[in-house]
Amino acid sequence: MFKKLIFGAVAVAMVSGAQVNNAYAEDTLYLPSLSYRTGPYAGGGVPIANGFSDYMTMLNERDGGIGGVKVVVEECETGYNSQKGVECYESTKSKNALVYNPMSTGITLQLVPKAPVDQIPVFSMGYGLSATAVGEKFPWGFNYPTTYWSQLSAILKYIDSKGGVKGKKIGYIYLDVGYGREPLPLLEKLSKSMGFSIARFPVAGKEMQNQSSHWLNVRKEKPDWMIMWGWGAMNSTAIKEAAKIRFPMDHFIGNWWAGADADLAPVGKIGKGYLAANFSGIGTDFPAIKDIFTHVLDAGKSTQTTDRDQVGDVLYNRAVANAVIVAEAIMAAQKSTGKKVINGADMRLGLETFNLSADRLKELGLEGFMAPIKASCKDHEGGGGIFVQQWNGSAWEKISEPISPETDVIRPLLEEAAAKYIADKPDWKTQTCS
Amino acid sequence: MFYREAGQFKTTYKADQAIFPIFQDRMAIAIYLLIAFVAIPVFGNDFFITSMMIPFLIFSLAAIGLNILVGYTGQISLGTGAFMGVGAYACYKLTTIFPDINIIVLIISSGFFSAVIGMLFGLPSLRIKGFYLVVTTLAAQFFLEWCFIRIPWLYNYNDSGAIEVPQREVFGIIATGASATPTTRYLIVLAIVVVMTWIASNIIHGRIGRAWMMIRDMDIAAELMGIRPLNAKLSAFAVSSFYCGVAGAMMVFFWLGAAEVESFDINHSFLILFMVVIGGLGSLVGSFLGAAFIWILPVILRAIPRTFGLDINAATIEHVNFMIIGGLIIFFLIVEPHGLARLWGLAKQKLRVWPFPY
Repeated sequence: MFKKLIFGAVAVAMVSGAQVNNAYAEDTLYLPSLSYRTGPYAGGGVPIANGFSDYMTMLNERDGGIGGVKVVVEECETGYNSQKGVECYESTKSKNALVYNPMSTGITLQLVPKAPVDQIPVFSMGYGLSATAVGEKFPWGFNYPTTYWSQLSAILKYIDSKGGVKGKKIGYIYLDVGYGREPLPLLEKLSKSMGFSIARFPVAGKEMQNQSSHWLNVRKEKPDWMIMWGWGAMNSTAIKEAAKIRFPMDHFIGNWWAGADADLAPVGKIGKGYLAANFSGIGTDFPAIKDIFTHVLDAGKSTQTTDRDQVGDVLYNRAVANAVIVAEAIMAAQKSTGKKVINGADMRLGLETFNLSADRLKELGLEGFMAPIKASCKDHEGGGGIFVQQWNGSAWEKISEPISPETDVIRPLLEEAAAKYIADKPDWKTQTCS
Repeated sequence: MFYREAGQFKTTYKADQAIFPIFQDRMAIAIYLLIAFVAIPVFGNDFFITSMMIPFLIFSLAAIGLNILVGYTGQISLGTGAFMGVGAYACYKLTTIFPDINIIVLIISSGFFSAVIGMLFGLPSLRIKGFYLVVTTLAAQFFLEWCFIRIPWLYNYNDSGAIEVPQREVFGIIATGASATPTTRYLIVLAIVVVMTWIASNIIHGRIGRAWMMIRDMDIAAELMGIRPLNAKLSAFAVSSFYCGVAGAMMVFFWLGAAEVESFDINHSFLILFMVVIGGLGSLVGSFLGAAFIWILPVILRAIPRTFGLDINAATIEHVNFMIIGGLIIFFLIVEPHGLARLWGLAKQKLRVWPFPY
């Protein structure tokens, strides 16, 4: 009997589910946010989702939206799972979604081929497919402010400035998924041109909290420097293990997903000296971040329950940087099309034409928050630099000036990778840039 | 009242042994097929087709595959995810080596690769049973996952380690890749699933299927009656892996579009095992019901708050979702340990005598 009831309920839900797609208002800017507040990577996913939605809420409250149009951020839970990510994409794309920020390399790889078909750009900020930096080949993919490959070259440049990299042995410990494997081809190539040797330490997802065997190998290999491409619980585990084998922390450098407050807080003092790359400001000492306090958190407008302490965290601020770029691109699109409510195709133009100069950053109340980015049709990564930060036992400190990537070395490699990607796709649409 | 067999006389043995002996059942099947082939492509929107129907059909096929092994032959396996992966990687390699061959042919033939691997890992089943067999199939899962990461030839030395589906056409219509319309992909998946379900039904009701069930019910008695365990068990592993392999290939080519090894991990093995257990061991209908329960229900539950305009956090919905699904699994298994298929059967039986039960 209840069987029928359940089937009835399912049938009703199906019918109503089919109508979901018409429920968005016409005069808003709709931004889907693929978040992950559940699952093994929630520790990183929560501040990212909060930062993005809080900045957009702040714009709504303070400025009445972007160009007078309210922004609607709708979260869809992916759990860092590619299949759920695609499901989120399918369920939100028809609501006039402007841009997707997948927040996962795995999901990005799924969405990149779909973007030109659905005419919605994919903006993977500093992650995803490095080759999307080549604007001619990937009109719909963006990864401002810089790619994994550029980042790796900048990290190596930093190492080079601290006593040279030639003849040294560099250990590369990485999460063994698409994300961690992405920089490998570049590492191979640079090792030849820069003259260092590599030792690789892949960490499978299920082993990420049990790395003692990996670090035994590190001790055996005795690398001069360690570079880490980690995420989630892998980071703090690796730093603890490194401390256990007494690996010098100031020779252990993480990429920008391996240098968050959430990673180092559980490690505390023993992680002192650990280095990490970053491209977004640390702390709350920026007028725009202060506005988030006044207009969102104190006003009780936060759609998410953001912890006050979390604001200013590395990942929270990075999500703010992501939101800033999206907002700037929307503004650029509104200006160039003359429309207030734009669509995905307009957004793509916006992402190719915005200019986040130093003056503009100051105007936004984010002076020195991130490196200036000038968007272009050709260059979808903007050539932004990174800086290096160091953990002092309780907080991060910026210790280097912006380091620019070796663009002249990286660019041909990116172009080669982009050409390889589209080689077996006969209908792939490219564009020519003047 | 409407669902009863009074007046339907069977005049031949064939009619007596039909799978759907009642006229109304045959009508119902025809109506389901009509809905699936006509109504859904015409009226369904993209989200309904791509995120609900396509994965539902693919998981149903995988569940049928696992059901052949677990439900009909009584050999428990935790390697389903990996066997699906074998099908997917085989199809990917085949289509890069032979780009001009019809993709549907390649999808079906990738099942054979999976069948061979499945038979190989099925060999221990000749000597061990139950939990010990679970361990060896678990080894298959881990070993094959390792292969998918460590043998770059399998993903054509792609930098990201993922397999990306190239665009392929079937009779001039784009069938795979991002440009393929959801309806095209749905219809291809549906056709393959319907045909393969029909074949599975015939195998199960025939000599081979009866041998499997004898092995399941009592292997020593089966041996005494002339069933060779070697043939029966290995054929079960082969057919089961064939179905899983085809499901895996379809999962990547018609649903995901690109896949990393995480799409074939142990969680998927469990997911499909749960579909089989909840749907009903040893039942084809159960495979579909189980897949619908595990896959479609959460998608609907996620959509409900948005439909009614309730502003609930995405994460809260997800947590509530986990709780509801978990609760329902326990509820259904307490009410009917034999799965949804048995409930389905009971409902039909009740319906026969309705409105005058005796």
